[in-house]
Amino acid sequence: MQGSVVYNLVFAAAVCVVCAVFVSSSAVALRERQEYNAAIDKQRNVLAVSGMVGDDEELAPEEVETRFAGIEQIVIDLETGEEVSEIEPSTFDQRRASRDPATSTAAPPNAAQVIRLPDQALVYKVRDAQGRPSLHVLPVEGLGLWGTLYGFIALDGALETVQALTFYEHIETPGLGGEVDNPRWKALWRGRRPFDDDFKPNLTVIKGRAGPPSEDPHRVDGLSGATMTSRGVTNLLQFWLGDDGFGPYLNRLRQERTDG
Amino acid sequence: MPVNTKKVLTDPLFNNNPIALQVLGICSALAVTTQMDTAAVMSIAVIAVMAFSSLFVSMLRNQIPTSIRIIVQLTIIASLVIMTDQILKAYVFEISKQLTVFVGLIITNCIIMGRAEAYAMQNPPAPSFIDGIGNGLGYGLILMATAFVRELFGAGSLFNVQVLPVVAEGGWYTPNGLMTLSPSAFFIIGGLIWALRAWKPEQNEAE
Repeated sequence: MQGSVVYNLVFAAAVCVVCAVFVSSSAVALRERQEYNAAIDKQRNVLAVSGMVGDDEELAPEEVETRFAGIEQIVIDLETGEEVSEIEPSTFDQRRASRDPATSTAAPPNAAQVIRLPDQALVYKVRDAQGRPSLHVLPVEGLGLWGTLYGFIALDGALETVQALTFYEHIETPGLGGEVDNPRWKALWRGRRPFDDDFKPNLTVIKGRAGPPSEDPHRVDGLSGATMTSRGVTNLLQFWLGDDGFGPYLNRLRQERTDG
Repeated sequence: MPVNTKKVLTDPLFNNNPIALQVLGICSALAVTTQMDTAAVMSIAVIAVMAFSSLFVSMLRNQIPTSIRIIVQLTIIASLVIMTDQILKAYVFEISKQLTVFVGLIITNCIIMGRAEAYAMQNPPAPSFIDGIGNGLGYGLILMATAFVRELFGAGSLFNVQVLPVVAEGGWYTPNGLMTLSPSAFFIIGGLIWALRAWKPEQNEAE
Protein backbone atom coordinates (compact mmCIF):
# COMPACT_ATOMS: atom_id res chain seq x y z
CA MET A 1 0.00 0.00 0.00
CA GLN A 2 2.61 2.52 1.14
CA GLY A 3 4.80 3.60 -1.75
CA SER A 4 2.06 3.24 -4.35
CA VAL A 5 1.26 6.26 -6.49
CA VAL A 6 -2.33 6.41 -5.20
CA TYR A 7 -1.15 6.43 -1.58
CA ASN A 8 1.31 9.24 -2.34
CA LEU A 9 -1.37 11.34 -4.00
CA VAL A 10 -3.90 10.79 -1.23
CA PHE A 11 -1.30 11.54 1.43
CA ALA A 12 -0.15 14.73 -0.32
CA ALA A 13 -3.73 15.89 -0.74
CA ALA A 14 -4.53 15.21 2.91
CA VAL A 15 -1.45 17.13 4.12
CA CYS A 16 -2.38 20.06 1.88
CA VAL A 17 -5.97 20.19 3.10
CA VAL A 18 -5.03 20.00 6.77
CA CYS A 19 -2.32 22.67 6.41
CA ALA A 20 -4.63 24.90 4.38
CA VAL A 21 -7.30 24.71 7.07
CA PHE A 22 -4.81 25.78 9.74
CA VAL A 23 -3.32 28.59 7.68
CA SER A 24 -6.63 30.04 6.56
CA SER A 25 -8.27 29.82 9.96
CA SER A 26 -5.35 31.67 11.57
CA ALA A 27 -5.50 34.32 8.84
CA VAL A 28 -9.25 34.81 9.25
CA ALA A 29 -9.17 34.78 13.04
CA LEU A 30 -6.39 37.36 13.28
CA ARG A 31 -7.31 39.63 10.37
CA GLU A 32 -9.35 42.11 12.38
CA ARG A 33 -6.56 42.61 14.89
CA GLN A 34 -3.93 43.02 12.17
CA GLU A 35 -5.97 45.60 10.29
CA TYR A 36 -6.55 47.48 13.52
CA ASN A 37 -2.79 47.49 14.18
CA ALA A 38 -2.05 48.78 10.70
CA ALA A 39 -4.67 51.53 11.01
CA ILE A 40 -3.33 52.61 14.42
CA ASP A 41 0.20 52.60 13.06
CA LYS A 42 -0.79 54.91 10.21
CA GLN A 43 -2.65 57.25 12.57
CA ARG A 44 0.37 57.34 14.86
CA ASN A 45 2.56 58.43 11.93
CA VAL A 46 0.17 61.25 11.06
CA LEU A 47 0.08 62.33 14.71
CA ALA A 48 3.88 62.32 14.81
CA VAL A 49 4.26 64.64 11.81
CA SER A 50 1.48 66.86 13.16
CA GLY A 51 3.43 67.33 16.38
CA MET A 52 0.62 65.80 18.39
CA VAL A 53 2.78 63.05 19.85
CA GLY A 54 6.34 63.33 21.17
CA ASP A 55 9.23 61.36 19.71
CA ASP A 56 9.64 59.15 22.75
CA GLU A 57 6.00 59.09 23.72
CA GLU A 58 4.43 55.64 23.84
CA LEU A 59 0.71 55.84 23.19
CA ALA A 60 -1.91 53.20 23.86
CA PRO A 61 -4.00 52.43 20.74
CA GLU A 62 -7.09 54.04 22.32
CA GLU A 63 -5.13 57.24 22.97
CA VAL A 64 -3.97 57.29 19.33
CA GLU A 65 -7.59 57.07 18.22
CA THR A 66 -8.69 59.83 20.59
CA ARG A 67 -5.99 62.23 19.42
CA PHE A 68 -6.46 61.29 15.79
CA ALA A 69 -10.14 62.24 16.02
CA GLY A 70 -8.96 65.88 15.94
CA ILE A 71 -7.49 65.44 12.45
CA GLU A 72 -9.56 65.78 9.31
CA GLN A 73 -8.96 63.19 6.57
CA ILE A 74 -9.68 64.29 3.03
CA VAL A 75 -9.52 62.39 -0.23
CA ILE A 76 -8.58 64.72 -3.07
CA ASP A 77 -8.35 64.40 -6.82
CA LEU A 78 -4.65 64.77 -7.51
CA GLU A 79 -5.08 66.35 -10.94
CA THR A 80 -7.68 68.98 -10.07
CA GLY A 81 -6.97 69.39 -6.37
CA GLU A 82 -10.69 69.15 -5.65
CA GLU A 83 -12.07 67.18 -2.73
CA VAL A 84 -13.64 63.86 -3.64
CA SER A 85 -16.61 63.20 -1.40
CA GLU A 86 -17.64 59.83 -2.88
CA ILE A 87 -14.66 58.01 -1.35
CA GLU A 88 -14.63 57.23 2.36
CA PRO A 89 -11.24 58.50 3.66
CA SER A 90 -10.93 56.04 6.55
CA THR A 91 -10.90 53.05 4.20
CA PHE A 92 -9.04 54.68 1.30
CA ASP A 93 -5.61 53.17 0.75
CA GLN A 94 -3.48 55.45 -1.39
CA ARG A 95 -0.69 52.92 -1.85
CA ARG A 96 -3.12 50.30 -3.07
CA ALA A 97 -4.74 52.88 -5.34
CA SER A 98 -1.43 53.78 -6.96
CA ARG A 99 -0.76 50.11 -7.77
CA ASP A 100 -4.17 49.49 -9.31
CA PRO A 101 -4.26 50.45 -13.02
CA ALA A 102 -7.95 51.37 -12.64
CA THR A 103 -7.21 54.07 -10.10
CA SER A 104 -3.82 55.32 -11.23
CA THR A 105 -1.88 56.60 -14.21
CA ALA A 106 1.75 56.38 -15.24
CA ALA A 107 3.65 59.26 -13.69
CA PRO A 108 5.55 61.64 -15.96
CA PRO A 109 9.32 61.03 -15.85
CA ASN A 110 10.62 62.45 -12.60
CA ALA A 111 13.77 62.50 -10.51
CA ALA A 112 11.97 61.04 -7.50
CA GLN A 113 11.40 57.85 -9.54
CA VAL A 114 7.69 57.82 -8.77
CA ILE A 115 6.35 55.35 -11.32
CA ARG A 116 2.59 55.50 -10.90
CA LEU A 117 0.42 58.34 -9.68
CA PRO A 118 -2.86 57.57 -7.93
CA ASP A 119 -5.94 59.41 -9.22
CA GLN A 120 -6.83 60.31 -5.67
CA ALA A 121 -4.66 61.05 -2.66
CA LEU A 122 -5.34 61.08 1.08
CA VAL A 123 -4.35 64.30 2.85
CA TYR A 124 -4.90 65.51 6.41
CA LYS A 125 -5.89 68.85 7.86
CA VAL A 126 -5.79 70.21 11.40
CA ARG A 127 -7.94 73.25 12.24
CA ASP A 128 -7.40 75.87 14.93
CA ALA A 129 -10.05 77.04 17.40
CA GLN A 130 -11.53 79.41 14.80
CA GLY A 131 -11.93 76.58 12.30
CA ARG A 132 -9.17 77.87 10.02
CA PRO A 133 -6.70 75.23 8.79
CA SER A 134 -3.57 75.41 10.91
CA LEU A 135 -1.71 72.41 9.49
CA HIS A 136 -1.76 70.52 6.20
CA VAL A 137 -0.26 67.03 6.11
CA LEU A 138 0.63 65.52 2.72
CA PRO A 139 1.96 62.02 2.01
CA VAL A 140 5.23 61.91 0.06
CA GLU A 141 7.28 59.08 -1.39
CA GLY A 142 10.33 58.67 -3.58
CA LEU A 143 13.44 56.66 -4.19
CA GLY A 144 16.35 56.90 -1.76
CA LEU A 145 19.46 54.76 -2.10
CA TRP A 146 18.09 51.25 -1.48
CA GLY A 147 14.37 51.69 -1.86
CA THR A 148 11.37 53.93 -1.59
CA LEU A 149 11.07 56.36 1.29
CA TYR A 150 7.49 56.82 2.50
CA GLY A 151 6.70 59.81 4.66
CA PHE A 152 4.62 62.84 5.44
CA ILE A 153 5.30 66.54 5.22
CA ALA A 154 3.38 69.01 7.40
CA LEU A 155 2.95 72.60 6.18
CA ASP A 156 1.50 75.47 8.19
CA GLY A 157 -2.00 76.78 7.47
CA ALA A 158 -0.72 79.46 5.08
CA LEU A 159 1.54 76.94 3.26
CA GLU A 160 4.50 79.18 3.92
CA THR A 161 6.70 77.03 6.14
CA VAL A 162 7.45 73.38 6.76
CA GLN A 163 6.33 72.29 10.20
CA ALA A 164 7.73 68.77 10.06
CA LEU A 165 8.96 66.03 7.75
CA THR A 166 8.98 62.39 8.78
CA PHE A 167 9.60 59.09 7.04
CA TYR A 168 7.73 56.15 8.48
CA GLU A 169 9.01 53.50 6.11
CA HIS A 170 12.36 53.18 4.37
CA ILE A 171 15.25 50.75 3.98
CA GLU A 172 18.15 53.21 3.99
CA THR A 173 21.48 52.23 5.60
CA PRO A 174 21.25 52.45 9.40
CA GLY A 175 23.57 55.18 10.69
CA LEU A 176 23.92 56.86 7.26
CA GLY A 177 20.78 57.31 5.14
CA GLY A 178 18.80 55.82 8.01
CA GLU A 179 19.45 59.09 9.84
CA VAL A 180 16.37 60.50 8.06
CA ASP A 181 14.73 59.19 11.26
CA ASN A 182 17.04 61.19 13.53
CA PRO A 183 14.97 63.68 15.55
CA ARG A 184 17.83 66.20 15.43
CA TRP A 185 17.89 66.16 11.64
CA LYS A 186 14.11 66.26 11.41
CA ALA A 187 14.09 69.30 13.69
CA LEU A 188 16.13 71.21 11.06
CA TRP A 189 13.11 71.24 8.73
CA ARG A 190 10.85 73.27 10.96
CA GLY A 191 10.44 76.80 9.64
CA ARG A 192 12.03 76.24 6.20
CA ARG A 193 10.21 77.78 3.27
CA PRO A 194 9.28 75.12 0.70
CA PHE A 195 8.15 77.53 -2.06
CA ASP A 196 9.69 80.56 -3.73
CA ASP A 197 7.71 83.72 -4.47
CA ASP A 198 5.83 82.30 -7.45
CA PHE A 199 4.94 79.12 -5.54
CA LYS A 200 7.42 76.86 -7.28
CA PRO A 201 8.85 74.22 -4.93
CA ASN A 202 12.25 75.31 -3.75
CA LEU A 203 13.73 73.20 -0.99
CA THR A 204 17.03 71.38 -1.24
CA VAL A 205 19.03 69.10 0.98
CA ILE A 206 22.57 70.36 0.41
CA LYS A 207 26.00 68.91 1.05
CA GLY A 208 27.28 70.30 4.33
CA ARG A 209 25.55 72.68 6.66
CA ALA A 210 22.78 75.14 5.95
CA GLY A 211 22.13 78.20 8.07
CA PRO A 212 19.15 78.68 10.41
CA PRO A 213 15.72 78.88 8.70
CA SER A 214 15.59 82.68 9.02
CA GLU A 215 18.79 83.15 6.98
CA ASP A 216 18.77 80.06 4.78
CA PRO A 217 15.07 79.31 4.23
CA HIS A 218 15.30 77.00 1.21
CA ARG A 219 18.12 74.66 2.21
CA VAL A 220 18.62 71.91 4.81
CA ASP A 221 21.81 70.20 6.07
CA GLY A 222 22.81 67.09 4.17
CA LEU A 223 23.12 63.73 5.88
CA SER A 224 26.80 62.88 6.06
CA GLY A 225 27.71 59.74 4.17
CA ALA A 226 24.28 59.64 2.54
CA THR A 227 24.44 61.66 -0.66
CA MET A 228 21.96 59.46 -2.49
CA THR A 229 19.41 59.53 0.32
CA SER A 230 19.77 63.32 0.68
CA ARG A 231 19.28 63.72 -3.06
CA GLY A 232 16.26 61.40 -2.90
CA VAL A 233 14.64 63.57 -0.23
CA THR A 234 15.18 66.70 -2.35
CA ASN A 235 13.74 64.98 -5.42
CA LEU A 236 10.66 63.65 -3.72
CA LEU A 237 9.84 67.02 -2.17
CA GLN A 238 10.32 68.81 -5.50
CA PHE A 239 8.02 66.28 -7.13
CA TRP A 240 5.18 66.14 -4.60
CA LEU A 241 5.11 69.89 -3.91
CA GLY A 242 5.22 70.58 -7.66
CA ASP A 243 2.58 70.61 -10.39
CA ASP A 244 2.63 66.84 -10.99
CA GLY A 245 2.13 66.17 -7.29
CA PHE A 246 0.04 68.26 -4.90
CA GLY A 247 0.45 71.53 -6.88
CA PRO A 248 -3.23 71.80 -7.90
CA TYR A 249 -4.43 71.05 -4.36
CA LEU A 250 -2.00 73.55 -2.84
CA ASN A 251 -3.13 76.22 -5.32
CA ARG A 252 -6.72 75.60 -4.37
CA LEU A 253 -5.83 75.95 -0.67
CA ARG A 254 -4.10 79.29 -1.38
CA GLN A 255 -7.14 80.42 -3.36
CA GLU A 256 -9.45 79.47 -0.49
CA ARG A 257 -7.30 81.38 1.92
CA THR A 258 -7.29 84.60 -0.08
CA ASP A 259 -11.03 84.30 -0.74
CA GLY A 260 -11.90 83.43 2.83
CA MET B 1 15.85 8.80 29.50
CA PRO B 2 16.14 12.17 31.36
CA VAL B 3 19.89 12.18 30.74
CA ASN B 4 19.25 11.59 27.07
CA THR B 5 16.56 14.31 26.93
CA LYS B 6 18.94 16.78 28.51
CA LYS B 7 21.59 15.86 25.97
CA VAL B 8 19.12 16.32 23.10
CA LEU B 9 18.24 19.74 24.45
CA THR B 10 21.69 21.05 25.33
CA ASP B 11 23.90 19.47 22.70
CA PRO B 12 22.87 21.96 20.01
CA LEU B 13 23.87 24.86 22.28
CA PHE B 14 27.64 24.33 22.24
CA ASN B 15 28.61 20.82 21.14
CA ASN B 16 26.61 20.70 17.93
CA ASN B 17 25.46 24.26 17.37
CA PRO B 18 23.53 24.59 14.09
CA ILE B 19 25.15 27.92 13.21
CA ALA B 20 28.62 27.55 14.71
CA LEU B 21 29.35 23.90 13.88
CA GLN B 22 27.04 23.12 10.98
CA VAL B 23 27.17 26.69 9.62
CA LEU B 24 23.49 26.68 8.67
CA GLY B 25 20.97 29.51 8.88
CA ILE B 26 23.60 32.20 8.34
CA CYS B 27 21.45 34.41 6.08
CA SER B 28 18.89 35.30 8.71
CA ALA B 29 21.63 35.61 11.31
CA LEU B 30 23.08 38.46 9.22
CA ALA B 31 19.78 40.17 8.61
CA VAL B 32 18.03 40.41 11.95
CA THR B 33 20.89 40.97 14.38
CA THR B 34 21.26 44.77 14.33
CA GLN B 35 19.05 45.00 17.41
CA MET B 36 18.55 42.63 20.30
CA ASP B 37 14.77 42.84 20.40
CA THR B 38 14.32 41.82 16.76
CA ALA B 39 16.87 39.04 17.28
CA ALA B 40 14.94 37.85 20.34
CA VAL B 41 11.59 37.75 18.55
CA MET B 42 13.19 36.02 15.56
CA SER B 43 14.76 33.42 17.89
CA ILE B 44 11.43 32.73 19.59
CA ALA B 45 9.71 32.40 16.22
CA VAL B 46 12.35 29.95 14.99
CA ILE B 47 12.22 27.92 18.22
CA ALA B 48 8.43 27.62 17.93
CA VAL B 49 8.47 26.71 14.25
CA MET B 50 11.29 24.21 14.67
CA ALA B 51 9.77 22.51 17.73
CA PHE B 52 6.36 22.06 16.13
CA SER B 53 7.60 21.11 12.68
CA SER B 54 9.80 18.42 14.24
CA LEU B 55 6.85 17.27 16.33
CA PHE B 56 4.45 16.97 13.39
CA VAL B 57 6.99 15.46 11.04
CA SER B 58 7.86 12.90 13.69
CA MET B 59 4.19 12.06 14.30
CA LEU B 60 3.78 11.38 10.59
CA ARG B 61 7.19 9.80 10.06
CA ASN B 62 5.83 6.28 9.51
CA GLN B 63 3.14 7.49 7.12
CA ILE B 64 5.13 9.96 5.00
CA PRO B 65 5.99 8.31 1.66
CA THR B 66 9.76 8.52 1.17
CA SER B 67 9.47 9.76 -2.40
CA ILE B 68 7.64 12.94 -1.39
CA ARG B 69 8.99 13.42 2.14
CA ILE B 70 10.90 16.66 1.49
CA ILE B 71 7.91 18.45 0.04
CA VAL B 72 5.67 17.18 2.86
CA GLN B 73 8.17 18.52 5.42
CA LEU B 74 8.27 21.84 3.60
CA THR B 75 4.48 22.09 3.52
CA ILE B 76 4.31 21.58 7.27
CA ILE B 77 7.12 24.08 7.90
CA ALA B 78 5.62 26.66 5.55
CA SER B 79 2.20 26.42 7.21
CA LEU B 80 3.74 26.93 10.64
CA VAL B 81 5.78 29.90 9.40
CA ILE B 82 2.74 31.61 7.91
CA MET B 83 0.82 31.12 11.15
CA THR B 84 3.75 32.53 13.14
CA ASP B 85 3.88 35.54 10.84
CA GLN B 86 0.15 36.12 11.29
CA ILE B 87 0.47 35.93 15.07
CA LEU B 88 3.40 38.37 15.12
CA LYS B 89 1.47 40.85 12.95
CA ALA B 90 -1.49 40.63 15.29
CA TYR B 91 0.30 40.81 18.64
CA VAL B 92 3.75 42.43 18.21
CA PHE B 93 3.11 44.68 15.24
CA GLU B 94 6.05 47.05 15.78
CA ILE B 95 8.61 44.24 15.81
CA SER B 96 6.95 42.37 12.95
CA LYS B 97 7.38 45.54 10.88
CA GLN B 98 11.13 45.47 11.55
CA LEU B 99 11.43 41.76 10.81
CA THR B 100 9.55 42.27 7.51
CA VAL B 101 10.25 39.42 5.11
CA PHE B 102 12.62 37.55 7.37
CA VAL B 103 9.86 35.77 9.26
CA GLY B 104 8.57 34.44 5.94
CA LEU B 105 12.10 33.38 5.10
CA ILE B 106 12.20 31.07 8.13
CA ILE B 107 10.75 28.60 5.61
CA THR B 108 14.09 28.54 3.83
CA ASN B 109 16.10 28.27 7.04
CA CYS B 110 18.11 25.13 6.40
CA ILE B 111 18.31 24.28 10.11
CA ILE B 112 14.60 23.51 10.30
CA MET B 113 14.47 21.18 7.34
CA GLY B 114 17.81 19.73 8.40
CA ARG B 115 16.35 18.71 11.77
CA ALA B 116 13.14 17.37 10.24
CA GLU B 117 15.11 15.26 7.81
CA ALA B 118 17.97 14.21 10.08
CA TYR B 119 16.21 13.74 13.41
CA ALA B 120 12.41 13.88 13.34
CA MET B 121 12.12 11.32 10.52
CA GLN B 122 13.91 8.73 12.72
CA ASN B 123 12.77 9.56 16.25
CA PRO B 124 9.52 9.56 18.24
CA PRO B 125 7.54 12.82 18.70
CA ALA B 126 8.68 13.78 22.24
CA PRO B 127 12.45 13.72 21.63
CA SER B 128 11.89 15.35 18.23
CA PHE B 129 10.03 18.21 19.88
CA ILE B 130 12.87 18.62 22.40
CA ASP B 131 15.43 18.43 19.59
CA GLY B 132 13.58 21.21 17.79
CA ILE B 133 13.64 23.41 20.89
CA GLY B 134 17.33 22.62 21.48
CA ASN B 135 18.37 23.54 17.96
CA GLY B 136 16.17 26.64 18.08
CA LEU B 137 17.94 27.64 21.29
CA GLY B 138 21.33 27.00 19.69
CA TYR B 139 20.34 29.27 16.80
CA GLY B 140 18.93 31.86 19.20
CA LEU B 141 22.06 31.82 21.33
CA ILE B 142 24.29 32.78 18.39
CA LEU B 143 21.72 35.35 17.22
CA MET B 144 21.55 37.02 20.62
CA ALA B 145 25.34 37.03 21.06
CA THR B 146 25.77 38.62 17.62
CA ALA B 147 23.00 41.14 18.23
CA PHE B 148 24.54 42.04 21.60
CA VAL B 149 27.82 43.02 19.97
CA ARG B 150 26.19 44.74 16.99
CA GLU B 151 23.69 46.80 18.96
CA LEU B 152 26.16 47.72 21.70
CA PHE B 153 28.89 48.93 19.35
CA GLY B 154 26.67 49.97 16.46
CA ALA B 155 24.16 52.05 18.38
CA GLY B 156 25.49 52.15 21.95
CA SER B 157 22.33 50.51 23.26
CA LEU B 158 20.99 47.14 24.40
CA PHE B 159 17.31 46.27 23.87
CA ASN B 160 16.90 49.91 22.80
CA VAL B 161 18.14 51.16 26.19
CA GLN B 162 21.06 53.56 25.74
CA VAL B 163 24.11 52.10 27.48
CA LEU B 164 26.92 54.09 25.87
CA PRO B 165 25.99 57.78 25.43
CA VAL B 166 26.55 58.51 21.73
CA VAL B 167 28.14 61.68 20.38
CA ALA B 168 25.01 62.68 18.44
CA GLU B 169 23.11 62.88 21.73
CA GLY B 170 25.88 64.75 23.51
CA GLY B 171 27.77 61.73 24.89
CA TRP B 172 31.29 60.45 24.17
CA TYR B 173 30.74 57.26 22.18
CA THR B 174 31.09 57.34 18.39
CA PRO B 175 28.98 54.46 17.04
CA ASN B 176 30.78 52.01 14.78
CA GLY B 177 28.87 52.20 11.50
CA LEU B 178 30.21 48.87 10.27
CA MET B 179 28.31 47.12 13.06
CA THR B 180 24.98 48.24 11.65
CA LEU B 181 25.77 46.68 8.27
CA SER B 182 25.34 42.99 7.50
CA PRO B 183 29.03 42.16 6.86
CA SER B 184 29.87 42.81 10.51
CA ALA B 185 27.76 39.78 11.44
CA PHE B 186 30.14 37.66 9.37
CA PHE B 187 33.09 38.85 11.44
CA ILE B 188 31.25 38.36 14.72
CA ILE B 189 29.94 34.90 13.86
CA GLY B 190 33.41 34.00 12.56
CA GLY B 191 34.84 35.16 15.88
CA LEU B 192 32.28 33.12 17.81
CA ILE B 193 33.10 30.00 15.79
CA TRP B 194 36.79 30.56 16.47
CA ALA B 195 36.21 31.00 20.20
CA LEU B 196 33.99 27.92 20.35
CA ARG B 197 36.53 25.77 18.53
CA ALA B 198 39.37 27.03 20.68
CA TRP B 199 37.31 25.92 23.70
CA LYS B 200 36.23 22.61 22.15
CA PRO B 201 39.04 21.58 19.78
CA GLU B 202 37.18 18.38 18.77
CA GLN B 203 34.93 20.59 16.60
CA ASN B 204 37.78 21.42 14.26
CA GLU B 205 37.51 19.75 10.90
CA ALA B 206 40.20 17.20 10.15
CA GLU B 207 43.08 18.71 8.21
